[in-house]
Formats: sequence, C-alpha cells, structure tokens
Amino acid sequence: MKNWPLFEIFIRSKNGLDHRHVGSLHATDAKMAIENARDVYTRRMEGVSIWVVESKLITASDPGEAEALFEPAEDKIYRHPTFYDLPDELKHM
Amino acid sequence: MTTEELEKKFQERIDAEEKIEAKDWMPADYRKTLIRQISQHAHSEVVGMLPEGNWVTRAPNLKRKAILLAKIQDEAGHGLYLYSAAETLGVERTDLIDDLNSGKAKYSSIFNYPALTWADMGAVGWLVDGAAIMNQVALCRTSYGPYARAMVRICKEESFHQRQGYDILLTLSKGNDAQKRMCQDAINRWWWPSLMMFGPPDANSPHSAQSLKWKIKRVSNDELRQRFVDMTIPQCNILGMTLPDPKLVWNQDRGHHDFGEIDWVEFNNVLKGNGPCNKERLEARLNAHNEGAWVREAAMVHAEKRARKIA
Ligand SMILES: [Fe+2]
Ligand SMILES: [Fe+2]
Repeated sequence: MKNWPLFEIFIRSKNGLDHRHVGSLHATDAKMAIENARDVYTRRMEGVSIWVVESKLITASDPGEAEALFEPAEDKIYRHPTFYDLPDELKHM
Repeated sequence: MTTEELEKKFQERIDAEEKIEAKDWMPADYRKTLIRQISQHAHSEVVGMLPEGNWVTRAPNLKRKAILLAKIQDEAGHGLYLYSAAETLGVERTDLIDDLNSGKAKYSSIFNYPALTWADMGAVGWLVDGAAIMNQVALCRTSYGPYARAMVRICKEESFHQRQGYDILLTLSKGNDAQKRMCQDAINRWWWPSLMMFGPPDANSPHSAQSLKWKIKRVSNDELRQRFVDMTIPQCNILGMTLPDPKLVWNQDRGHHDFGEIDWVEFNNVLKGNGPCNKERLEARLNAHNEGAWVREAAMVHAEKRARKIA
C-alpha cells in the first residue's frame, strides 16, 4: 500500500499570533491530519489552533525564479523609513 | 549553467551559512547523503522505542510509567519529524520503512543492546539520550533547512528525556545496596555502547570530510565524543557511581579527560547484525508493521467513504 496523503501543518501558538508552518504528516484525510497534528505538535501546549492542508494543493514559487521575483525590491530603498534623512529636532516620526 | 558551475555556487551558499531548502538545486550526492543520514536517524528513533517499551508494564509506579510513556511517545514523534524531513528530498516514507523492515537500512547500534533491569531506563535516558542530544544539538546547525528545523524541535523535547533518566538513577543511587548495585551495573553496561554512538574515529570515518564540507555534519565524531565524556564525568560523580574505564583521567595539558580504547571490533560486529538484540528488534518492527496493515487499509477506505458521502 502506498503512503497516505501528505498534509502540511500550521499551528497558532497563542491567540493573537499567526498560524505558523511546523512540519508535515501523513493522514487519510484532513480530520485525521488534525488529530495526528494534535498528538505530534501540541503535546506541550504549543498550540491553540491547527490548520492542515494537503501538500499537493500548495503552489510554491520556483527558487530558480527568485531573482526575477524578489530582486526588483532591492533598489527601492525609498520604501523604508530610514531612507529619509530628517532633522534631529523632529522627534517621534 | 554547467554542473560544475552549479556545484561551485552551491558550495558558496554553504560557506556563507545559507540554508539549503527542498526545491533548491543540490548535488546528487548531497541529496543521497542526506536521505541516508536522515532516514537512519528516523529509524533509530523508531527502533529506540523498543528497549524502553519493554519496561512500560513493569515501571515501579504510576508516575514512572506515565513519564516513560510520554518519553516513548516523543521518540515516535521524532521519527515522524525525521521521515517528513527525508520526504522533502523526494523519497516516500513507505519505501524508507520497507528498507528498515527488510534489514537494508541501518539504525543506531545502541538499540541492539538489551534493557535488562529498571535501572537501564535510567542509564538509557541519561547516557543514550545524553549522547544523542550532544549529536543533535550540533545538527541544529546542519545546512539542510528541513533537517535543521526537525533537529531544533527534537532538541527542545530531548532534555526532558535525559533528566528523567538521571532522576531514575539518582533515586536508585540513594536506595538500598541492591538498588545501588543495579544502578552501577546499568551504567557499566551502557557506558561503552554510548561512546560508540558517535561513530568511528575521525581517521576511519570515510564520509566525514565531505559531510563536514557540506556542513551536513558540523562537528566531528571524536570531538563530540570528547565533549560527551567531559560532560558526563561530573554528573556521574554526583550519583556517587563510577564509569567502567580505569584509563579515565583528567589531562591538564589537553584540558580534557583521557579515556580508554573503544572496542571497535564489538561495534562492527553489532553493526553487522550480530549484537545481542538485532534479530529481536527487527522482528518486533516487522510484527508491528504487519499487524497494523489492516488498520492502515481500513482507515483509508473509511476516509474514502466519508469523502464520497460529503461529495
Ligand atoms: Fe529522540
Ligand atoms: Fe530521546
């Protein structure tokens, strides 16, 4: 028998924080994935909420295209507040 | 880009301490080495549950039993983290498990030794998990991202394992004469196999140099072993026990403890399958796998049925 489908697991560690990717596991369906994720990833109160999604449903960017995707941001430093050299008298801006 | 150019760029990334992620280009041998190492590591976590499983029903009280179960459950989780990390490299867990069950894949030799008394649960936690932690802390900085992240997660859980083991021995060391003897006997049997866990000496470790260059491995076998010896001696003194090595002595010049020669003939013998429990461990794995087959099948059929109902 082949593997059960693979699920990616996301855990919210505390209310108010984002869900964060913690790993993956095999399960027959999403319900079992949540039950197993509970057992594997939250045995020490590491989470208050779990998201699971079948790995094959995730579309990832291609590392080979990283330059084309992310380099255009590099020369736009004016998007950062530190780009602006303002007088010292100006407090809290 | 030619393979040579890709390899050069890859090494530059490694040298710059960049992590390699699943979809990044990597040399075929880097991938192969990782699959072998991570899956062996996963198998070790899984087979590592067996010596301890032997004592669950015979733990001296309910508290110890609950702790032991929690520890064993952690090890199952470690196996899962590691199989998942290996799968990011393009292998299937079922195939890895088949390799374990057929005897083709290796796991840590330490688990081919028997756990004869309750004190062994203490010595295993203190020394075996202690040696594993020494190795795993170094691997938190390994160059392959998914492996490094699995290691960080594992290390967070491991320190409880070592402390609960030490706690068992500490209790025995304060007990009656028979309990003290039992404590010392377990330490005597587990000490040398624990030192072997770090693998052959650097001079005889053929893949080590390349693994260090690729930063799959961050610290050499001998250095990790030395750190473990230095760390363990004061802990043993607190127990009021001794380590079974007359050559163990502080070396002022080196700033480390010297220790006796490890029996590599025994190590290789156990590795080849002739240890006291090799056969038993593999049989236990196979039985669990085969007897669980119907559960895996039924769960899949059940999920499909439920999916049809919803659709
Ligand atoms: Fe572990
Ligand atoms: Fe452990």
